[in-house]
Amino acid sequence: MKIKKSSQLVTRNEKVFSFFMSVVGIIITILSLYPIYYVIIASVSKPFFVENGDVMFWIKGFNLESYRQAFAKDGIWLAYLNTFFYTIVGVMANMFFTATMAYALSKQRLMFRKFFTIMTVFTMWFNAGMIPLYMTFVNLKLLDTRTGIIVGFALNTYNLIILKSFFEQVPQSLEEAAFIDGASNLRIFYHIYLPLSKPALATVGMFYGVSRWNGYFWAMNLLKDDSKIPLQVLLKKLIVDQVANETEAGIITMDSLASPTTVIYAIIIIAIVPMAVAYPFVQKYFKKGATIGSVKG
Amino acid sequence: MKKKLSLHMIGGRIKRDWDLYLLLLPGLLWYLVFAYKPMLGLRMAFYDYNVFRGFEGSTFVGLENFMYFLSGTDFVRTFTNTMMIALWQMLIVFPLPIFLAIMITEMRNKFISKLTQTATFLPYFISVVVVCGMTINFLSPSTGVINFMLQKLGMDPQYFMVKPEYFRGIYTTMTLWMTAGFNSIVYIAAIMGIDPQLYEAAKVDGAGKWRQITAITLPNILPIIVVMFVLNIGKMVKVGFEAILLLYRPTTYETADVIATYVYRTGISNGDYGLATAAGLFEALFALILVALANRVSKKISETALW
Repeated sequence: MKIKKSSQLVTRNEKVFSFFMSVVGIIITILSLYPIYYVIIASVSKPFFVENGDVMFWIKGFNLESYRQAFAKDGIWLAYLNTFFYTIVGVMANMFFTATMAYALSKQRLMFRKFFTIMTVFTMWFNAGMIPLYMTFVNLKLLDTRTGIIVGFALNTYNLIILKSFFEQVPQSLEEAAFIDGASNLRIFYHIYLPLSKPALATVGMFYGVSRWNGYFWAMNLLKDDSKIPLQVLLKKLIVDQVANETEAGIITMDSLASPTTVIYAIIIIAIVPMAVAYPFVQKYFKKGATIGSVKG
Repeated sequence: MKKKLSLHMIGGRIKRDWDLYLLLLPGLLWYLVFAYKPMLGLRMAFYDYNVFRGFEGSTFVGLENFMYFLSGTDFVRTFTNTMMIALWQMLIVFPLPIFLAIMITEMRNKFISKLTQTATFLPYFISVVVVCGMTINFLSPSTGVINFMLQKLGMDPQYFMVKPEYFRGIYTTMTLWMTAGFNSIVYIAAIMGIDPQLYEAAKVDGAGKWRQITAITLPNILPIIVVMFVLNIGKMVKVGFEAILLLYRPTTYETADVIATYVYRTGISNGDYGLATAAGLFEALFALILVALANRVSKKISETALW
């Protein structure tokens, strides 16, 4: 995304206006970042200060005990591993199902192309909903299986449309030349389209990756066995249900190095870090995808 | 005019492009199994459905589930809440990204512009579970930072999460924080696409910044605003129930319980599949009708529509 070139004509009015916008922008920036900043400083401060409201802008009583306790929570490492599994294998399944179908739908010569396209888009406006989908998993014996999570959510119509419209923009002449050389559809797809579409594939991969990493609702309902649950489901138990009960606050003395609250903040940071690390790399793809997807609807 | 396909031709085309159909197959099967087959399950709405006995063993009750849902007190509450939360979304969460986009593109200081964009975009990456966890913690009466701030301002601490009157505000603010930056991207791209000569011309004519925004920027991005609105209206009715499910408590049901959370409780938690499916179907049809209506209206007023 290029920033538009500043023009020669800059009036006083414009300068004032732009200055005002920048001030509001800084305020918005602070509001956006403060919650995360607060969690960071609270997670490494002494609970005594945190729970008295003394920690607001700066760290007080630096220590990492909350992190030690957070990492000692039952199942947190396993949940982390599970999430990596669901994200990596899940995105691979996503890309397979989405790219193959998007490619077929992008071809004029596909018979009933229009029908198939409408069939997919229709599900964006109307779907069976939670209960029938849940029952489908039950009937297919996919309850409490990793396969259910991977295959059941292998396609997303929005992402399908992004890829399809990208494939449609690839010049036809490339394909025709390959056809003359006797290449099959599969070869053209694999050796011409996929390499040419790397930016779009990355975009869609990122979309899928984030939703796999962050997904909790279906994992919570479909997976019963604690050894299979991803991080988000464990996080729900640790940071949402925990506080909801609002119990064992215990006595926080001057010397305590961790409290339920600071441990929760540490867990939050542990959960955010992988995404925050990935963020600079995926940001540009996200911008591209958000633009293609919504304009082409 | 298209020629009608004869069976012979169909056979010929499939033979020629058999591998193209092979590529179509996995996705097609997926749609059949995970999108269309569940639609057959919507029949459950007309049964007193028993999971162990299936459709054969369950009694057909006609519209009874719908009647029960629509005439109960839960309906009035969940329907009102769904509409109210959708309305807040429409009035606050939908338009603010447009202002944010205009703001970001109007800043002459590129560093601050980029910074604002990056900072507002970041929360989108944080999962809904974590954001809800943060919200609950921040609003805690004993250890929450919001209450510390209120106390510093001389106010009494509030137990925000259990008071129904705060729920909509909390939910809306949270959604705004999570999505405003991400939603503004598409508008930023649209504003960047406007021909700079239009602004030059307006400036020559003596238009101030405010005038340029109302006379050039807004009309030029209106088609995209309309498309986004129509695209989102279905989602607004289905409101982010994953978040509500994490945030609400029995004490806040009064303002927080929406149709989707009701479906979840009666269906997946209590196992009353027939009733839950009926309520879910009602919600889906309602959303569909709203989308169709919004699409028609937008076609009339702005000549932009999704179909």
